[in-house]
Formats: sequence, structure tokens, C-alpha cells
Amino acid sequence: MDMVSFLSATVVAGTPLLYATLGEILTEKSGNLNLGVEGMMLIGAVAGFISAYTTGSPLFSIGMAMIAGAAGALVYTFLTVSLRANQVVTGLTLTIFGTGLSSFLGQKYVGQVVPDNVKNFFKPLNIPVLSNIPFLGKILFSHDILVYLSIIIAIALGIYLYRTSVGLNLRAVGENPSSADAASININLYKYINLMLGGAICGLGGAYLSLVYVPTWQENITSGRGWIAVALVIFASWNPYKAIIASYLFGGLDIIGFRLENAVISKYFLDMLPYLGTIVALTVFSAKKSRKNSPPKHLGLPYFREER
Amino acid sequence: MLRLVKRENIDKGTNIRIRLLFLFFSFIAISIFLLILNYNPIEVFRGMLSGAFNTSYRIKQTIITAIPLIITSIGISIAFKMKYWNIGGEGQILIGAFGAALIALNFPDMYKPLLLTVMFITAVILGGFWAVISGILKVYFNTNETIITLMLNYIALKFITYLQYGPWKDKKAMGFPKIPNFSDNAILPSIGGIHIGLIIALIIVVIGYLFMKHSKMGYEITVLGESKNTARYAGIRINKTILTAVFLSGALCGLTGFIQSSAVSQTLSIEVAGGVGYTAIIIAWLSNLSEPLMLLVSILFAALLQGSSYIQTAAGIPKSVALILQAFILFFILGSELFVKYKIAANERRAA
Repeated sequence: MDMVSFLSATVVAGTPLLYATLGEILTEKSGNLNLGVEGMMLIGAVAGFISAYTTGSPLFSIGMAMIAGAAGALVYTFLTVSLRANQVVTGLTLTIFGTGLSSFLGQKYVGQVVPDNVKNFFKPLNIPVLSNIPFLGKILFSHDILVYLSIIIAIALGIYLYRTSVGLNLRAVGENPSSADAASININLYKYINLMLGGAICGLGGAYLSLVYVPTWQENITSGRGWIAVALVIFASWNPYKAIIASYLFGGLDIIGFRLENAVISKYFLDMLPYLGTIVALTVFSAKKSRKNSPPKHLGLPYFREER
Repeated sequence: MLRLVKRENIDKGTNIRIRLLFLFFSFIAISIFLLILNYNPIEVFRGMLSGAFNTSYRIKQTIITAIPLIITSIGISIAFKMKYWNIGGEGQILIGAFGAALIALNFPDMYKPLLLTVMFITAVILGGFWAVISGILKVYFNTNETIITLMLNYIALKFITYLQYGPWKDKKAMGFPKIPNFSDNAILPSIGGIHIGLIIALIIVVIGYLFMKHSKMGYEITVLGESKNTARYAGIRINKTILTAVFLSGALCGLTGFIQSSAVSQTLSIEVAGGVGYTAIIIAWLSNLSEPLMLLVSILFAALLQGSSYIQTAAGIPKSVALILQAFILFFILGSELFVKYKIAANERRAA
């Protein structure tokens, strides 16, 4: 097996996971646990695919995928923030909704392929100089623009969360909303904007699957990646930079099945690897408790100003 | 300015009225959604109703569809009462069905009542085991059970796919990837066109109700769901309670697996769970985790499923519309909760 091409494929397979993980990190930093990642990815995937199929415009498709993901997040945010509904059940419902909607809207398109000009737009691009670095150039710098965009978003998210005052306010909202409220931070506004941004990024991750990675429409195209992303947030300890590494690691588990096709182990057991890997990693990371790795303190809890 | 005021005591009438109002809203929203997609909502609803109830055959099919929903939602609700989010019903059903098939395929000639009993026991134990993996990880390593149970769904599905395409593949099926059918001895009997899984389901509703409302264990599960600290002060052994409840939760899903594989598909296949594990989550939550309500809501959801597969053939509307309808209803009921617990009042101005 060619190591360089394997690692390069790992980056591509990890990219949808990276988008979803980044979207969920932003969401959880705002103090909300959104288990609808899988749903938002599916809505984004179907919106992106249908847009690409009908208009042939790659940028419009990406835009629609992000809007669709954000719309899913808007429903979640309205229910959990404004109406203080249970976050776990609302997120689950969003996943069920996304599964149904993507299957409903996508049924006409099952087996259809993304138009050629969209495909060409997303073909691997070499970055001058960087692509010529031996070994690393092929692994990191010879991909489509959405791979680069995901890394840019990761870095931008890191800067936003750790280096800007708005990001600091956001973390306060997630850690201790009553203090944030007392400091006259508009909690609901922060949650609405950041959760919807998170949803948009998840939608983009879904579109990466339907437009670039597969790029054919098939039902349930995410096959659990949204859920793996929820776990990856924990391995990455809510840190966007670590999310890059965690996502690529799981991208590797995702494709190892194809690569070892002729091996003694059945393909179906190799297909289990990402899910088994999630269980093992989640167990190890949950057992290891430290202040640095802990979730935002108010994660998953509704904020009742009236009960302050 | 408007603000929320906690209702002092929530009377049942108001509770039901608010929920019904929101259920009505959800149907308005669904109608608008269908109109946007260029379908006539009235025709869709009428088609679904006739698909579910129009002939006695269809009514029977609806009841048969309700059976796994009833048992699984009661199973899942045991964990949900502890605020333990077991969303692994789908995988637990598959593993239960695997247990039933393991016995059925190896001992096809065993005496029928004995064979069915052994299948039942194996399915229940394996279903419980599959769920309790997440419980053990939760208790000893504090892992998030939602993710673990979901990952176990995918692993179970891959495992059954492996059996279906690999070692258990029917050699007589001319290359078609299916597992051999069970022998007649391994198939649950029917009465009047409905298999006796219905009786099992009704028994489970009664036992489930008595267990949660009148047993010590059921009480402990409820207390634990309210507050871990209260449970600790009350001397409840938390870990033991969690593990037992999670096992029971999975065991009932395993029972569903046994019934579906034996009476409905009459073999093991990757379709044996068919989304029941997920639909049951919605049913359990909509029913406020009350057993009699789960029975009722399961029948309504079975009608929804039957109706939507009918309109798929009759009117060409994809049957995934059922999932969308379920999600819409649940979104609205989730939204109603605030208005059940709080009322909106205008801020009274104090006299200056």
C-alpha cells in the first residue's frame, strides 16, 4: 500500500468530519449540545446536491448547503433557546427530520451524478511551492478547495474563540450564562448567531460528501458521520486545532476498509472500524478527566433568566 | 414587556389542551410544508388514513406494524426515565433478532414451544447485553451513552450484513444475499391474521406500567431520573440501578427483534429493525413516557407508517414523508412544553 496516497486520501475522508466537528465545537462553546449534526449534514448534502444538479453552479450549491444547515440549526435554536425545550430530544428530532427530508427530496436523484463543471470546480488544486514539498506536499497541499477551506475555518474558529473579545464573550455564554448576562452580553443573540453558523458549517460538511467525496446522490449519504463528529468534539477537547488531527485520524479509519480489500478480515468488519474507534476513543477520553479537557460548564442546560 | 411565570400547579386539563393545540399547529405546519412541495395536504392525509384503516386487511397490517413500536418504546422509556438516552434501540433489535436466528437456524426441528422459548430468552439476553455495554462504559468511564448506543447500532448493522452476505448466506437462494428462512417451528403462531406478538405487546404494556409505578426498582429508576443526589441520599445503589434499567431497556428491544424476525420477516435480515428503534424514541417522548399513552401513540404512528407506504404506491409520494411528519409533530410538542410549565404574563407596573 502506497503510504503517501493513503495519507492523502485520509485527509479527504477526514474533511466532512472536520466540517461537522468544527460546527459542533462552535455550537457547544455556546453552551448548547446539538445532537442534530447528522440531520444538518444531510439537509446540507441534499440542498447542495439538488442545487448543483439543477443550476450547475458550485458556489451557489455551497451557499445553499450552508443556508440549509443554518436553517436546521435555526429550528433547533428556536426550540432550545427561546422555548427552552430539551436539547437532547430536540437534536435527535432534528436528525430524524434531516434523514426524512433528505430522503424525501433526494429520492428523484438517487444514483444521479454531480454535473461535470461542478466536479471540475472541486478537482484537486496544487498550491505553488507548497505542493512541491516532498511527502507533505502530496498529503496536505494537493486537494480540492473545500479541503483548504475546512483548514482555514478551523484556524479562523481558533482565532475567533481564543483571540477575540466576541469569542471570549461567547465562551462566557457557554460557561456561565448568568455572569455573561450580568455583564450585559445578549445571550440569545450570541446563541442564535453562533448556533446557526455552526449549522452552516455542518451543512457544508454534508455538501462535501454529496458534491466532492461521493459525488453521486445516495440515501443516508452521511452514514453516521454526524454522530462521529459529536464524539470527535470530545476527543478534540473543544479545540478547533485539535479537531483537524482528530478528524484526519478518523478519516483514516474510514478508508482503511477500501485499502485492505484483499486482506483476511472481512470488509464488513473493517467497515466497523470508525464506529469501534469512536467507542474506544470516547471511553479513553471520558475516563481521563482534567480541567483543560472539560466541556463548557453550562453545556446542555437551558438558561432561565427568570430563575436566576 | 412579556415575561414567563411558572405555573403553580399544572392541572391535567390545561396540559392536555395545550398539547392538543400544538398538535393542531403541527398539522397546519405540515400542510404548509406539503403545499410548498406541491402536494395537496388534504389528499395526503386522506390517502394515509385510507391506507391505514380502509379495509380489515389494512387495519390488521397497521396493528402488526404497531407491535414492535409498542414494545420498543416501552423498552426505551425505561432508560429515558433515568434521563439515560438510549438511542440504540435499532441495534438492540438487530442483535435480539440475531439471537433468535442463532437458535432458530441451528435447531430447526426442536419442539415448537421449547424452540420459541429458547429463541425468546436468547434474544432478550443478547438485546440487554448490547444495551448494557453502553451502561458499563457510562458507569465506569462516564462516556456519553447517546454516542455509544448509536455507534453500536452501526456495528450491529455491519455485523448482520456480514452474516447475510457471508457465512449465513442461503446457498439455495441462487446467489441472492439472504439468510435461510426459519423452519415452521420457529415461527410465532397467528390468531385471525395477527401474530401473537400482539398479546406479548399488551402484556408488556401492563407489566411495564406496574413495574414503573408500583415496584421498588421502578421507583428507584424514577428517583434517579429526577436527581442523582436525591437518589444517593435515599440510599439507592446508583450503578446497579443504571445497569439493571439499561439491561431491561435493551432486553425489550431484543424481544422486538425476536418477534419481528420470527413472525414478520421469518428470517434474520438487515431490514428486520427497519427504523423502529428511532420511531420508538419519538413515541416514548410524545407519550410523556406513560405506558398507556405509548400504546395509543404507537398505533397512531403505525397508521402513519402504513399510510405513508400506501401513498407511496398509490400517489407516488416518497414514504420518507412519514419521518418528516413525525419530526414536525415532535418539534411542536417539544415547543409546547414551555407553555405547559409556564404562562406568559405582562409585567405588572408597580404603582409609583
